[in-house]
Amino acid sequence: MHSQSPPPVTFGETPFTRSKRRREKIAFAVFAGMVACIVIPLFLIVGYLVKEGAPLISWDFLTTNPVGGMRKGGIWSALLGTFWLVGTSLCISAPIGVLAAVYLNEYAKDNWFNRVINLAVVNLAGVPSIVHALFGLGAFVLFAHMGRSIIAASLTLAIMTMPVIIASTKESLAAVPRQFREACWNVGATRWQTIWHIVLPNSISGILTGVILQVSRTAGETAPIMFTGAVFYRKIEEGNFFAYGLADQCMALSMHLFTVTTQVTNAPHALPFAIATVLLGFVLMVNLTAILLRSWLRGRKKW
Amino acid sequence: MSDTRMSITTRDLKLWYGKFQALKGIDLDIKSGMITSLIGPSGCGKTTLLRCFNRINERYGNVTTTGEIKLLGKNIYDPDVSLIELRKAIGMVFQRPNPLPISIYENVVFGLLIHSENKPSRRDLDDAVEKALTEVGLWKDLKDRLNDRAIGLQLEQQQKLCIARLLPLKPQIILMDEPCSALDVEGTRAIEELMWSLAGRYTILIVTHNMAQARRASSECIFMLLGELIEHSRTEDLFLTPRESRTAEYIEGRYG
Repeated sequence: MHSQSPPPVTFGETPFTRSKRRREKIAFAVFAGMVACIVIPLFLIVGYLVKEGAPLISWDFLTTNPVGGMRKGGIWSALLGTFWLVGTSLCISAPIGVLAAVYLNEYAKDNWFNRVINLAVVNLAGVPSIVHALFGLGAFVLFAHMGRSIIAASLTLAIMTMPVIIASTKESLAAVPRQFREACWNVGATRWQTIWHIVLPNSISGILTGVILQVSRTAGETAPIMFTGAVFYRKIEEGNFFAYGLADQCMALSMHLFTVTTQVTNAPHALPFAIATVLLGFVLMVNLTAILLRSWLRGRKKW
Repeated sequence: MSDTRMSITTRDLKLWYGKFQALKGIDLDIKSGMITSLIGPSGCGKTTLLRCFNRINERYGNVTTTGEIKLLGKNIYDPDVSLIELRKAIGMVFQRPNPLPISIYENVVFGLLIHSENKPSRRDLDDAVEKALTEVGLWKDLKDRLNDRAIGLQLEQQQKLCIARLLPLKPQIILMDEPCSALDVEGTRAIEELMWSLAGRYTILIVTHNMAQARRASSECIFMLLGELIEHSRTEDLFLTPRESRTAEYIEGRYG
C-alpha cells in the first residue's frame, strides 16, 4: 500500500480546526463569565456592607452590650453568644462526626445496613434547618429538659452540621490511596494502627477544612437557635469571656441582625450593616484560619 | 525535499524535566511503514522520547525541549502546526488500556465524531466501526454487543479497542507505550500479531521493557541508555551482532 505521496503533511490548521479553536475560546469565555457572575456580586455585596457599616464599627461596638432598646451601644452579648454557640456545637459535632466517618469509611463492611446508614447521612445533610430547629425543640429543650439554653441550641446545631462533617471527612479519608493501607497491612499493622499512623495524618488537612467550613454555616444559622436557646435581648457582663454558662440563654449575631432589621423601629441606618459586617468578618477569619491551617498541613503531608 | 521514506526524524533532541536532563541529544530516523521498537532499562528516556512525538510532554509544566523533530517531513514545533491536527495524525496506545467510559461503538467513532464538521451518517459510522474492529480482529466477537460498556471487556479486547479507536482517523504513525505490559501471554501474542498486520500501512513505534517482544515484534530496534541513543539497526542485527558493547551487555542481561 503506497497511497501517501499527495501534498506534504503540514499539520496545519484547516478552517474546521480554526472553528474548533474558536468554539473553545467561546466556551472558555463563557466559563470565565460565570466566575465573574459569582465574584462581582460578592465583591459588591461585601463592599456595600462594609461601606454602610463602617461608621459604627469600633472596638467599643464589639465590646459593649446593646442599650437603648438595641438602638445604641454595641453587640458584645450577641458576639459572645455566637462564639459560644459555634464553639460548643463544634466540640460536639467534630469528634462524633469525624469518628463516625472513620468507622464508615475504614471499618464498615459494604452491606445493606451500612448502605442505609450512608444514605441516611447524605439525606440528613439536605434537611432544612427549620426542621432541625423543631427537632431540637422537641428533643433537647422539652424532652431532655434542657430548657432553652446554649447547650440545647448547640446540640441542635451539632445535629445539623454532623452529616456534612461525616460526608467531607469520608471523602478525605477515601482520598488516601489504598496502596498506603496495603503497605501498612503488609507489615502486620492492625486497622487501627494503619488509621492512626497513616490514614489520619494524611487526611487531616481535608478533615479540618471540612470541619472548619461548618463553622461559617453554624455562625450564620438563625432558625435552629431561635427556638432552642437564642433570645431577643440579654445583657451580660462586659469584657468577661465566660459571661455565659452552658445552661444560659444567649444572644447571637444572626438573630440580632434579624431582630434589629425587622423588629426594632428607628434603629440607626448603619447598625444592621455593621452587625452584618462583623458576622461576615467572623466567618472570614474562621475561613482564613482554615486555609492557613490547610496549607500548613499540606506542606507537612508526605505525598 | 523531505524524505518520504522517513516518518520520524529528530536532530539533537534534548529534553529537561526541570533541571533533570532526560534526553541528551537524540538523532533519529524512523522509516515509514515499519515497526520500530525502543528498548532500554527503566528511566532511559524511551517513554519520554515517544511522548515528544505527539507533543504530549508539554502538557506537564516544567518541561523544556530543544532540537528538531520532524514528522513526515514537517517540523512539529513550527508555529503553524495545530496540535489538534498533529494528534489526530499521530495515534497513541498506552500501557493500561484506556477505553473511554462509553459503549464499544461510541469508542470507535469517538475520534471520527469530534473531527467531523458535519455529523457523519449512521451508515458511515457503522462502516467505520466494522472496518476498524475487523482490522483489529474484534469484529467477530463483538459485532452483536457493540452497545455494551467498553470498560467491561477483557483487558486484551480493551487494548485492541484502543487501537481500533485510532484507525478511523487514518493516523500516519501509531505510538505504543508498553502496550502489552498489562496483558497475559495470549493477549500479548494477539497484540503483536495485530501490530504485524498493521505494519506497512502505519508506522509503528513501540516502547517495550520486554526484549523478547522487541525481537519478535519489530523490524528495527533502538537501544537507549540514560537519555542517549546507543544503537539503531535492524532488529536481527541488533540482537545478533550488536555494534556497541553496552548494547551487547544489556541484551545479555548484565544490567537491566
